[in-house]
Amino acid sequence: MNLNLFQKFKLESVMLPALAILGCCLIWYVIAGKSVTTVKTDDWGDTVKVTKRSGISADLPTPVETWTASKAYITDPFAKRGELDQGILRFTWLSLKLVAQGYFLALLIGTPIGFLLGLSKKFSMAFDPIIQILRPVSPLAWLPLGMILFSGVKVMDAGGRTTFGASDAAALFTIAICAMWPTVMNTAVGVRAVPQDYLNVAKVLKLSRTKTLWKVLVPATLPYMFTGFRLSLGIAWLVIVAVEMLTGRPGVGGFLWQQYNANSFAHIILCINVIGLVGYVLDRLMSLAESKLKTA
Amino acid sequence: MSQPILSLKNVSKGYGSKGARTEVLRDISLEVREGEFVAIVGYSGSGKTTFINMLAGLLKPDSGEVLLDGKPITGPGPDRGLVFQNYSLLPWLTVTENIALAVDSVFPTWSQEQKSAHIAKYIAMVKLTKAAGKLPRELSGGMRQRVSVARALAMDSRVLLLDEPLSALDALTRANLQDDISEIWQSSRKTVVWITNDPDEAILLADRVIPLLPTAPATLGQAIDIPLARPRDRSAINHDPQFKALRNQLINLLLAAKEKSRTTVSKKLVLPDILPEDISTPNSIQYLTRRGPRRRSEEKREELEVAS
Ligand SMILES: Nc1ncnc2c1ncn2[C@@H]1O[C@H](COP(=O)(O)OP(=O)(O)OP(=O)(O)O)[C@@H](O)[C@H]1O
Ligand SMILES: [Mg+2]
Repeated sequence: MNLNLFQKFKLESVMLPALAILGCCLIWYVIAGKSVTTVKTDDWGDTVKVTKRSGISADLPTPVETWTASKAYITDPFAKRGELDQGILRFTWLSLKLVAQGYFLALLIGTPIGFLLGLSKKFSMAFDPIIQILRPVSPLAWLPLGMILFSGVKVMDAGGRTTFGASDAAALFTIAICAMWPTVMNTAVGVRAVPQDYLNVAKVLKLSRTKTLWKVLVPATLPYMFTGFRLSLGIAWLVIVAVEMLTGRPGVGGFLWQQYNANSFAHIILCINVIGLVGYVLDRLMSLAESKLKTA
Repeated sequence: MSQPILSLKNVSKGYGSKGARTEVLRDISLEVREGEFVAIVGYSGSGKTTFINMLAGLLKPDSGEVLLDGKPITGPGPDRGLVFQNYSLLPWLTVTENIALAVDSVFPTWSQEQKSAHIAKYIAMVKLTKAAGKLPRELSGGMRQRVSVARALAMDSRVLLLDEPLSALDALTRANLQDDISEIWQSSRKTVVWITNDPDEAILLADRVIPLLPTAPATLGQAIDIPLARPRDRSAINHDPQFKALRNQLINLLLAAKEKSRTTVSKKLVLPDILPEDISTPNSIQYLTRRGPRRRSEEKREELEVAS
């Protein structure tokens, strides 16, 4: 009886998502354009093949077309055929590297700001309006500012090739400034939520400021901070696509944009799926770490 | 008589801002001599934590003075160890680390070995050597309270303030800890202010018991000296006529104050400002005719049927 229930539950948890995915693919197929090849005789009497696409969205490739066009990128995910023609995991790796750098920058800046906001009423009063205004600004708006801010940045290697230029700095800046807000806000809320009891302990034991910070405030805020870290990572991953599109850097986002310009629409769908999957995996990993922390 | 180590002079304390301010304690005066064990007994919610927090320096009195050695208390200090009502151990630190936090800040000049030995001594004193490496959540309530006591003792402060240290424990554990703490006190003879809601506990442990009377705001009642010889044996003392008399005296003081506060409270009754609603008309989308609740104060005209 119990086993039955378990099997049923498991079956449902696999079957239902599978059905939903199948349903989506079906809708996709219906909407997608279909190629119709007709053989005609032209004015000179030669037979020519004319391929015409028709359908609700004529240019949208069907699921099967998408798969055949993407196969090379998936089955050989680490191939490097050219700067902008690489296996999909190679692109993902490039994007992830940039995200990681921008993300750590975001945490490095965001966490102390969060602490200041949570600890000081005056600081919070002074900076709250600025933060509320900057928070909703889109990455598309930050990137040009980053380009201007860091226009002088140029780090070259021995061979005279630029290893870190203005666009790299602007990309990092954009990821960092967009991704840091959840960390800032959650840390601030966490610091304000530290139980008065713990603060009283710190007072009665006459702990120094640094001791109070490291032994009381940081550990008490850690669960909140981690929620912020997780949300920040999600945003960093969201921003990377826009940044790569605008700067033309190699990566999933850059590849997506380049394929759009090259009319390879199937690859766009491939990119979207990969971006979504990677984002999902990152979020899962972070919540795993988060729950470990909360039970610890 | 020597100068009291702790003294409160006409201390009052309330909570809330101007308009909605309620006074919790009024006109509290008390003197505690060096080496004395004073117990304050009061009902739950009568302001005991507020009282001890002022002694600890966590709260400032609204009026009056709290003095230590004749000098006003401006904040917490290493001269006053506090055992919190809810233990207040830091959950991310082990027993040893929790106590080390206190020792490190009170004796910053000591060597590492000196500190470790000191910490180990107090952990042993509260019989927790086996649990020294455990986190608070791995300990029982009674064990946590022992850690909390050890932490306060390890500060080697002149005055020990304890806020209902045993109230959250079951009766058996409570009795055990009372005996343990009583023993520790007899060997150290520190000044102790012990807050409790248990009259028996107060009489068993203290030199002097003061009831915190639940008048609103609360005031301190007549102090009762406890001349019972030490060490006091809990099973023998239960049949001691002197103990019984003291206990009756204390309980009567507390009960009398409660009775008095009950009879003096008067409340003006205010009827709800609402008139009965007519629910005979259905109130659905089609019939938006029914009015919402009517308030007497909003009625401009009232029709009275007069029988002719
Ligand atoms: N920070 C606060 N703000 C407002 N009111 C408070 C605050 N702390 C306590 N009070 C009020 O003061 C009164 C006394 O509280 P206190 O904690 O001193 O009581 P207590 O005697 O320690 O109670 P218990 O035995 O339950 O611990 C209560 O009515 C409580 O509601
Ligand atoms: Mg209390």
